[in-house]
Amino acid sequence: MTGALANPRLLRALLPPVSLILLLAVIFTIQPRAMSYLGLNLMLNLALPIALATIAQLCVIAVNDLDLSIGAFVSLVACIGATILPENPALGLAALAGCIAVYAALGALIHWRNLPAIVVTLGMSFVWLGAAVLLLPSPGGSAPAWLSAVVKLRTPAIPFAILASALLALLVHLFLMRSSLGVVLRGAGGNPQAVRRAGWSLLKTKMAMYALCGFFGCLSGLCLVGLTTSADANIALRYTLLSIAGVILGGGEFTGGRVSPIGAVIGALTLTLAGSLLTFLRISPDWQIGAQGAILILVLALRALVNRTERRAA
Amino acid sequence: MLNRNATILSAALLALPLAGAAQADTSDKTIALSNNYAGNSWRQAMLKSWETITAKAVADGVVQSAEAFTTAENQATEQAAQIQNMILQGYSAIVINSASPTALNGAVKEACDAGIIVVSFDGIVTEPCAWRVAVDFKKMGSGQLDYLAQRYPDGGNLLEIRGLAGTSVDTEIHEGIAAGVSAHPNFKVVSEVQGDWTQTVAQKSVAGVLPSLPEVVGVVTQGGDGFGAAEAFKAAGRPTPTIILGNRDDELRWWKEQKDANGYETMSVSIAPGVSTLAFWVAQQILDGQEVPKDLVVPFLSIDQAGLEKALENTEAGGVANVEYSLDDAKKVIEAAKAGG
Repeated sequence: MTGALANPRLLRALLPPVSLILLLAVIFTIQPRAMSYLGLNLMLNLALPIALATIAQLCVIAVNDLDLSIGAFVSLVACIGATILPENPALGLAALAGCIAVYAALGALIHWRNLPAIVVTLGMSFVWLGAAVLLLPSPGGSAPAWLSAVVKLRTPAIPFAILASALLALLVHLFLMRSSLGVVLRGAGGNPQAVRRAGWSLLKTKMAMYALCGFFGCLSGLCLVGLTTSADANIALRYTLLSIAGVILGGGEFTGGRVSPIGAVIGALTLTLAGSLLTFLRISPDWQIGAQGAILILVLALRALVNRTERRAA
Repeated sequence: MLNRNATILSAALLALPLAGAAQADTSDKTIALSNNYAGNSWRQAMLKSWETITAKAVADGVVQSAEAFTTAENQATEQAAQIQNMILQGYSAIVINSASPTALNGAVKEACDAGIIVVSFDGIVTEPCAWRVAVDFKKMGSGQLDYLAQRYPDGGNLLEIRGLAGTSVDTEIHEGIAAGVSAHPNFKVVSEVQGDWTQTVAQKSVAGVLPSLPEVVGVVTQGGDGFGAAEAFKAAGRPTPTIILGNRDDELRWWKEQKDANGYETMSVSIAPGVSTLAFWVAQQILDGQEVPKDLVVPFLSIDQAGLEKALENTEAGGVANVEYSLDDAKKVIEAAKAGG
């Protein structure tokens, strides 16, 4: 027994929450006003759609693929949410269901033809973006009132964004990490051979994971449009990279089906807060991108250290 | 004479306490600029003007601080988060050049609810609680036709260069040009090409249609595309029509060369990047308790044949012709809006 520090697995799990707490501590010191219900709500409410997009990305990363279209897809969903959904809820929901079906079909296509997911999803990102521009050629539309009411819900004591993020992390964790179906789904990324030999259909697992990605992408888009109240075809393009960074920050790996839903949600919150911190520090805009990158590199460097101890322990 | 001096003096005395009161009211206020993009000469000039004017205003004690923030990437979600952070920092007013007219509405509403004055300019927001310092792009389009009609009373063919597709600015300038053409029916737009407000793109597009283009008397543009069009005409060996320019440094220098060589005449029109300073003064006036209509219109900066040399002197290499606005200019704009609305 050399304590928790020597246990790489624990260390790996601890890294995301510790980074988040450190970041929060710095923010609270610099800007004490942030340490309030309103403050946390303002800083974190835009984190919820990012957390949802990160979970969507996690589903695809879990099966060793990468989704470069999630940002464009979330934008499209936001546009559907601001145009079709308020006027014709049934048609709007059908359109969203259709989008999820397309995602499942993508999973099937990638598996069948053994195509690189990066290429297929990069191509799809233009399709989603094109559809969004067709739907909403110039920024506008308005989110249905119920949607805005849901995402702007003022829950007692703890801001809605935190409650919803916690719930999201917990549910996905229970499903993906604790249920037997979740184990099979992750197995498609970890050890596809074994999963196939055990009699599971790799095609179905891949389709299921892509459909899940589409589902969470839809939630992300709806949540986003509820917050902004109207949409823009380019509204969420940034989410593609943010979601990948969130998954990796949260302790996931690009290969091997190694992901952590709780870590990913925390990773998304960390990324959002890093932006706030830079604003509070009044860092000149010229340096902001660099500073954001530096925070990422710092956390990932820590991860690399953890990985090394992990290997040594193994 | 004495009497006149006395009048001026008493006017100054009358004005003094007023100015003093205005300063006292906002001297503890903080104003932040939320800007979505800084990657071209226009935006750089805009930020520089903001800095010049606000630094002086802070030194004079008009406001306590006026910082500028630019988002790292030109993304509405990032800017929304930036505005939410500004609410937390407790600014009295936020001046916004927005990435999207609608996607920031949620954040802007939150700022208004927190009692913060929000003034948007150039890239305006549609949220009703915010003020808008908008540009009458339609008039910028129709004004070009008015100029051409005066130059060519008999009318003629025109080539139109459009801006970035799908943006509201492009649509509005285009509608203005269309309105101008219907007001001067002896003109006819014979071809429309995409210029994306970029000289190189405009040059390529114009070069592409030139072989099939009948003789044109004028080229109507959106700014940042006139020099490219001129180059295309030159390369094709065709006579240069009257190209409306967009205040860019390369366009103005080209105009000067032509003017010196063969007396070439045209006009140049665009929005001065200094409009950020107008928005600053508008925010200051609102904080001061002045009644300000929600929709204000920015005057264009147009350069005519006689004003070319002076404009060139004030334009940096690679930049855009600029003016910085004063408090009085802002008051004039506010008065005009009150009178009009």
